[in-house]
Amino acid sequence: MKNVMSNKFVIALYTLPALLLILLLIYVPITLSGYYGLMDWDGIGEMKFIGLENYVTLIQDKMFWTSTWHSFLLAIFSTASLLLYLAISLVLASKIKGSDLLRKIYLIPMLLSSVAIAQLWMKIFDPTNGMANKLLEMFGVENTPIWLADPAIALYAIFIPVIWQYAGFYILIYYAALKNVPDEVIEAAKIDGASPLQIAFKIKLPLISGVFKVTIMLAVVGSLKYFDLIYVMTGGGPNGASEVMASYMYKEAFKLNNFGYGSAIGFGLLVICLVMTWITSKLTKSKDDVQY
Amino acid sequence: MKKKAFSTVMSMALAGSLVLAGCSSSDTSGDSGESSSGDKTVVKMMHLWPEGSSNAQYTIVDDIINAYEKENPDVDIQTEILGNEQYKEKIKVLSASNELPDVGITWAAGYMKPFVEGNMFASLDDIVQEDKFVAGTLDAFSVEESTYALPLELNITPVYYNKEIFEKYNLEAPETYDEFLNVVKTLSDNGVTPITLGNKDRWTGSMWYMYLADRIGGPEVLNKAINRTGSFEDPALVQAAEEIEKLVDMGAFVKGFNGLSNDEAKGYFMNEQAAMYLMATWELPNYTTTPDVAQEFKDKVGYFKFPTYEGGKGDIDSYVGGPGVALFVSEQSKVQDEAKDFVSYLVEEWGKRSVVDAGVIPATVVDTSNGELDQMYVDILNDLGKATNLTLYADVQMSAGVADVHLNQIQSLFGGQSTPKEFAKTQEEALAAEE
Repeated sequence: MKNVMSNKFVIALYTLPALLLILLLIYVPITLSGYYGLMDWDGIGEMKFIGLENYVTLIQDKMFWTSTWHSFLLAIFSTASLLLYLAISLVLASKIKGSDLLRKIYLIPMLLSSVAIAQLWMKIFDPTNGMANKLLEMFGVENTPIWLADPAIALYAIFIPVIWQYAGFYILIYYAALKNVPDEVIEAAKIDGASPLQIAFKIKLPLISGVFKVTIMLAVVGSLKYFDLIYVMTGGGPNGASEVMASYMYKEAFKLNNFGYGSAIGFGLLVICLVMTWITSKLTKSKDDVQY
Repeated sequence: MKKKAFSTVMSMALAGSLVLAGCSSSDTSGDSGESSSGDKTVVKMMHLWPEGSSNAQYTIVDDIINAYEKENPDVDIQTEILGNEQYKEKIKVLSASNELPDVGITWAAGYMKPFVEGNMFASLDDIVQEDKFVAGTLDAFSVEESTYALPLELNITPVYYNKEIFEKYNLEAPETYDEFLNVVKTLSDNGVTPITLGNKDRWTGSMWYMYLADRIGGPEVLNKAINRTGSFEDPALVQAAEEIEKLVDMGAFVKGFNGLSNDEAKGYFMNEQAAMYLMATWELPNYTTTPDVAQEFKDKVGYFKFPTYEGGKGDIDSYVGGPGVALFVSEQSKVQDEAKDFVSYLVEEWGKRSVVDAGVIPATVVDTSNGELDQMYVDILNDLGKATNLTLYADVQMSAGVADVHLNQIQSLFGGQSTPKEFAKTQEEALAAEE
């Protein structure tokens, strides 16, 4: 058996199925969408080669940059909210009463499908009958906001459920990482007279910094290609006020029958995601991981 | 050595089986593309009325298919049924790979055009019987004088209103625009939402605008702007936009209308939180036959025609509306003759049953004399008979790109982000750019 495993031919053969699948399902479509981006195509009829025209339009397209900006805003907000998640997990991991139950409660939004969450929050945001405005009215607010209909706040209104939706996921990751911090280190610190805050900032956080970096990456990339709640809750409206890159791509390709241009947007999205991943990993890179 | 050979063979078999598994699934789907099973000619049909959510339509189609198969024992109609949105997506995917069903459902004008230009739909000139359809409905499915689909549905858009709310404030269904403004003012002064509108969907607001454009400038002015014999900066079209602005300022529409979908907005009317609702006649079952809606509420609902504008050119019997879905026959179909025969059969039978059984007004002329119909239907059908004009929904008339500009501008106009002048100018530019 050992002989077989060191045979280069067999190694190649074993990796072949996975390699083929990845090529077929990931790299081929990526290349194809880059290629379709060179076409004038409505997704139905004949394709016409137009060179880089779509990409030139893309760079000059105000709406594309607006939606890119919105995606970046989402990335900033969701990265910032990581700190909140981290704080919650620190509390949960410190063996307080009921932390098990709380952890499960935080996890629930993760189990719901995005569309269900969107429907739920659309009800909450309903300008007349919604829970949000009813609450505000109870506190005496007279001109209650119209949430999803107001171009100035529609985008931020959607951020709330997005951040709520992913809380459970990140809290779970942090919680697991914190549980991995060896007890003896913490006990040693306690004997040395460290306060709980000192333990959190000087011991726990440095030890899970690797996990923290990974989650930043996940949050940034996840936000840049975010689509579901935006699509269901506002469809990018009113008049593009909550459009993000992915929803703009979908709209161009499938609603407006600009399949070629939609592909170009998709390719632009890919490039932006790659660049951001690279920048994020550069920024979060430290010389060596902390160890005690 | 033997062992090694065995492992190699095993791993090859493993890899092979993966590849084969991949093939076999695509094989089966390829098989079903064949056009004969046994001795029967198979006609494949796709429609969008699933048994669960559109039971009435599903049953009618199913009955018609059974009857047709009985009359033509050598034909086998196979159906594939999807919900509305999935259907739209799937049709696009299928047409891109040249695998459209023999018979399927399409929407009018702007939606259908790319399919016709891509040579996907067969011309139905040889089977269409023009006198059987309500005048004007076939136009929406014609490209260059040739008909490519036969419509099944027809809708016009009256304003539904809650009689009880109107009575409470001594209001009557308005016939002129001034009366209408008075109704709006009285209601909003009394803290009642006058009109519910789900303008997140945008075409909903477009209907209000279209009616005002029609009543002020006559039915031709908007059509001309769209088909480029006129301009969108026509004074009548700008004036219509100004009227919308006034209505919004008066608080005529429900709070946050730009964030509400049509379904959400409908809820305000059904819950009697709003007094008026402009929507197409596909809503009629909710006010007549649907068992889920309380009879008490149904009795409260009336409708009126969009009021006339003083000094305007449009008359009260001109409607915004249009045919809904229609049947197409695929150009690639190997059984085109059978498919066409089935389509004309289906359209005819559908026309006999759809109002009574499903509450859907067909595009074919309906006989109202047999007394099985709810009064509201009879009234609407009579109105339809007297109609002087039917203006097809603007976003349906336009190509997808311009329609998006129009719809976005509608949302901006209602939301106060575009002035009436900007509203007209932006659309004029978009229309001109496409010429």
